[in-house]
Amino acid sequence: MLIENTIVLSHRPIKGGYRLLTLKSKKIAPLVQPGQFVHLRVPALADSVLRRPFSVFLAQAGRLAILYKTVGKGTQAMESLRTGDKINLLGPLGNGYPAAHENSLPVLVAGGYGMAALYLVARRARAKGIVFVGGKSANDILCADDFRKLGWTVRVATEDGSAGHKGLVTRILDAWLAKDLRGRTPEFFACGPNGLLKAVCQRASRRGWNGWVSMDRHMGCGLGACLACVQKVRKQDAAGKETWAWARVCTEGPVFACRDIMWESDE
Amino acid sequence: MLSVRCSMFSFALFLMTGTLIMNKRTMPSKPDLSVRIGGLVMPNPVMTASGTFGYGPEFARLVDLNRLGAIVVKGISLKPVQGNPTPRLVEVPGGLLNAIGLQNPGFDGFVRDYLPFLRQCRAPVIVNIWGHTIEEYAAIAERFNDVPGVHGLELNISCPNIKRGGIAFGTDPKTARRVIAAVRARTRLPLIPKLSPNVTVIAEFARIAEACGADAISLINSFPAMAIDIETRRPILANITGGLTGPAIHTIALKMVWEAARAVKIPVIGMGGVTSAKEALAFIIAGASAVAVGTANFSDPLCTLAIIEGIAAYLARHRLPSVRALVGTLETKFSIQL
Repeated sequence: MLIENTIVLSHRPIKGGYRLLTLKSKKIAPLVQPGQFVHLRVPALADSVLRRPFSVFLAQAGRLAILYKTVGKGTQAMESLRTGDKINLLGPLGNGYPAAHENSLPVLVAGGYGMAALYLVARRARAKGIVFVGGKSANDILCADDFRKLGWTVRVATEDGSAGHKGLVTRILDAWLAKDLRGRTPEFFACGPNGLLKAVCQRASRRGWNGWVSMDRHMGCGLGACLACVQKVRKQDAAGKETWAWARVCTEGPVFACRDIMWESDE
Repeated sequence: MLSVRCSMFSFALFLMTGTLIMNKRTMPSKPDLSVRIGGLVMPNPVMTASGTFGYGPEFARLVDLNRLGAIVVKGISLKPVQGNPTPRLVEVPGGLLNAIGLQNPGFDGFVRDYLPFLRQCRAPVIVNIWGHTIEEYAAIAERFNDVPGVHGLELNISCPNIKRGGIAFGTDPKTARRVIAAVRARTRLPLIPKLSPNVTVIAEFARIAEACGADAISLINSFPAMAIDIETRRPILANITGGLTGPAIHTIALKMVWEAARAVKIPVIGMGGVTSAKEALAFIIAGASAVAVGTANFSDPLCTLAIIEGIAAYLARHRLPSVRALVGTLETKFSIQL
């Protein structure tokens, strides 16, 4: 992990308010593992005390790309970034997704721009699998074609029915698990809103399957020092009794095993 | 004739060497950045602020810890503390609010899991300590007497006094005196009470610390503050309120450091919104012997090193032989008094 002054190679809108920012990165890009993130200093917010974290969408051959939507002050201030602008980057941070087990079928489940973090998982996976993407409308379904180009099966669901099946992504996931699993063992890799992650973990734990979720947390230093980004995880105390501890999403995460997460309603 | 030439030559030689020696003396060599606080010697005046730099390994991958003046680790209590629910942090104009809740591994966890790494660093290690009660403060202070690798204690007195309804120890002169005195009586280490800014007259608390035998004081801690999400009509922090730090507090911290430094003879460590050498030098000119850098580490993990270089460059530019020569050199008689 290190600090690098990167240069904007391109910055373009994708659809539905999403933008793809591609940076020239000789030092950080080669180190990126799927599911890791970078901590970015937004140039227009020079007086901001915090960096902004972004999952890495693409990392190859000296370039690194992030996919983002304008949701707050930080992302809004990025809209003015142009080719040639310098951006100070800290990363790669976090633990990333593990490689899928040898005999399991990788099942990616993405909500909205959760796809951005999972794309690298698909690119680097040993075996091709299936991706389930959900969103409010067709504008929230990003990268579906990018996954198809990799040879993955893509199933889409939108709440308003403007793309794929109408309804929640868990609906088509359940249907597939019920009919098309054909004796294979799935391994889940999920990224998106907490409700979706919890739903995936429920399906995994019900059948004893492995599942990995990327938790989202408001971040401070990104280095594990400030303890702002903590998530409750299960652990055993010295006597072997079930208890819990705070894990740092920037360091022990952002990827956690489904069985380790203590969701808020569990408390 | 020959002898005259010889003597003229040797006289010229004498003049030349004499001039050379004189030039070497008037040209300042590298400024002395070292700072003494009680028995503690720091190689330079730049320290890390407690709570912003973890326990060492977190920043070690990016920062050469051996170059720091001192590492002040996140506050340790007797027993482990889980801390607050999230959200614990929010950025605000000019700074951030934090309500981490003093999460820490407790004395045993710290000594077992974190101190071994810190012992490998050349930089002095100062442990920030706190307690729920005065007895707890004294107890943890005493336990650090026999722990090698700890060079000083910073005393966090801005914690809520649960026996008195949660008012901070450090905002009431009586309890501030009692807690500092209780710790002083039990520790052999250099003791640095960290003052709360949430008081009317900071000099009063500076004097209390000095009278109780503190080796130095550090200030300021964060300001109590809050942020609200107007759409949900809820506080942004789970704890409702938090401490404000960052550039927004620098000018207030500077005034308080100036006032405190005039009130006591013991060294003052200034902190609050130090982002670059400029703010650090302002603290030193105002009377601080050393400075601590906190929030700035989040956006620029290497800022402590840049600040050390910046201070050295300033001293060289102003032909000052040491940091000591700059401490408290604020000239006020030409300032307009409104």
